[in-house]
Amino acid sequence: MKSKILPLQLQDLQYRVGDLDLLGPINLTLEAKSKTLVIGPNGAGKSLMLKLCHGLLKPTSGRISWMGGDSLAADRHQSFVFQHPIMLRRTALENVAYPLKIRGLPSDERKARAIEVLELTGIAHLADRPALKLSGGEKQKLSLARSWVTRPEVLFLDEPTANLDPRSTYDMEKLIDQIHQTGTKIIMTTHDMAQVRRIADELCFIHQGKLIEHGPVETVLEMPKNPMTAAFVKGELLI
Amino acid sequence: MKQVSDGIGQAFSLIFSLDPGLLNIILLSLWVSGVAIIVASAIALPLGTVLARSRFPGRSSIIILLNALMGFPPVVVGLIVYLIFSRNGPLGVLDLLFTPTAMIIAQILLALPIVASVTRQTIAMLWETNRELLISVGANRLQQNATLLWEARFALSTAILVGFGRIIGEVGAVMIVGGNIDNLTRVLTTAIALETRKGNIGLAIGLGIILIIIAILINATVYFLTNLEEAKE
Ligand SMILES: Nc1ncnc2c1ncn2[C@@H]1O[C@H](COP(=O)(O)OP(=O)(O)OP(=O)(O)O)[C@@H](O)[C@H]1O
Ligand SMILES: [Mg+2]
Repeated sequence: MKSKILPLQLQDLQYRVGDLDLLGPINLTLEAKSKTLVIGPNGAGKSLMLKLCHGLLKPTSGRISWMGGDSLAADRHQSFVFQHPIMLRRTALENVAYPLKIRGLPSDERKARAIEVLELTGIAHLADRPALKLSGGEKQKLSLARSWVTRPEVLFLDEPTANLDPRSTYDMEKLIDQIHQTGTKIIMTTHDMAQVRRIADELCFIHQGKLIEHGPVETVLEMPKNPMTAAFVKGELLI
Repeated sequence: MKQVSDGIGQAFSLIFSLDPGLLNIILLSLWVSGVAIIVASAIALPLGTVLARSRFPGRSSIIILLNALMGFPPVVVGLIVYLIFSRNGPLGVLDLLFTPTAMIIAQILLALPIVASVTRQTIAMLWETNRELLISVGANRLQQNATLLWEARFALSTAILVGFGRIIGEVGAVMIVGGNIDNLTRVLTTAIALETRKGNIGLAIGLGIILIIIAILINATVYFLTNLEEAKE
């Protein structure tokens, strides 16, 4: 798959609310293909960074550019799996078909593709259940299915396995890998260092809104430049 | 007591014989309130949605007006409509006073604030919950609002039913603007008031029973919808 929107470039990206400096300035380029994982303690700004990249928040200053262009044209090629799943008051199947409906696909095609993705995600048996009634883990899988159905070029995942049991975490990681193999760029946050080792090609470490370190996963894990990164990846508490 | 039991007996024979006078009154009631709630909803759903989603000059005034209108005694709303359509009023030339149309207009004013307020609150709340998803999937404004209205379907149906219940059981406003004219503007509530005063307790009770049945049907539907909603949550 030839990249339509990547690389993604963040230039002096900053996000402020009132006089709170929540994120940045961040300078970063994310290339196609690799799996980028974003780590950092609670409140570091991981979710903010993903939401800014996806266009859910407007940067206070700085630029986000997709392949040199603006973000609007890139919208249709991205999807987002939220840290707290947002379910529409409809069946699981209708939830998965929803983004296709927004894109104006005919209803039989929507349904066929939604069923296909539900099967790939391993939750086809939940198709006719009301989505709001599903368990936390089931909702998270459904979220992934709904984000996958549009065959995005970039998939953002904000702690997609936070509520999952080991078995479902394993399934989810396999799915993410499968999606990645179809050519989708993965940008994902996690708190699970073992997961970082299993999944990441590339790692970003954020602390108090600053991008402390960025590089290939082996380098960041084995030879971190910053002592804070070293402490964090070893599992020490950052004060 | 005798009067009451006689009345109930007479009421049932009127109901089961489908007394044409009674039938006329029932049909007019359903027609006036039915048209009113449809028109009120057709205005209130988009209005409530716009109030929830947009900031524009005059927005607060509209919200305050709607809230005030909701608290107005119906008889005062009737008086206002009366003044507007009376011979010397601003719309006097339309000659609508003492017609079903005037009653429909009064009832629209009674139902609209309820439906619009519930719509505004529900849509605002649902927008908060679903904002990130709707933006993320790239829904345009129209698609966003359509989705939110569909998400709100149970709350909105309930509000519409409550609005219908309020106007079909209301007597003051329709009495003033309709005038309770036999075969023209006499509806269930005004007929009960009149027949009771005339001592026709049987007819009054018969009409009352019909009104109660309608109220029960409305409440049963609301109850059913609420349960359905809980089942989906
Ligand atoms: N609108 C806002 N107003 C004020 N503070 C905010 C706002 N949005 C986010 N924050 C703050 O910004 C910081 C970063 O938030 P963010 O959600 O990105 O953290 P995170 O790294 O994803 O944390 P977690 O691991 O807990 O998910 C937090 O301290 C949060 O309270
Ligand atoms: Mg987060």
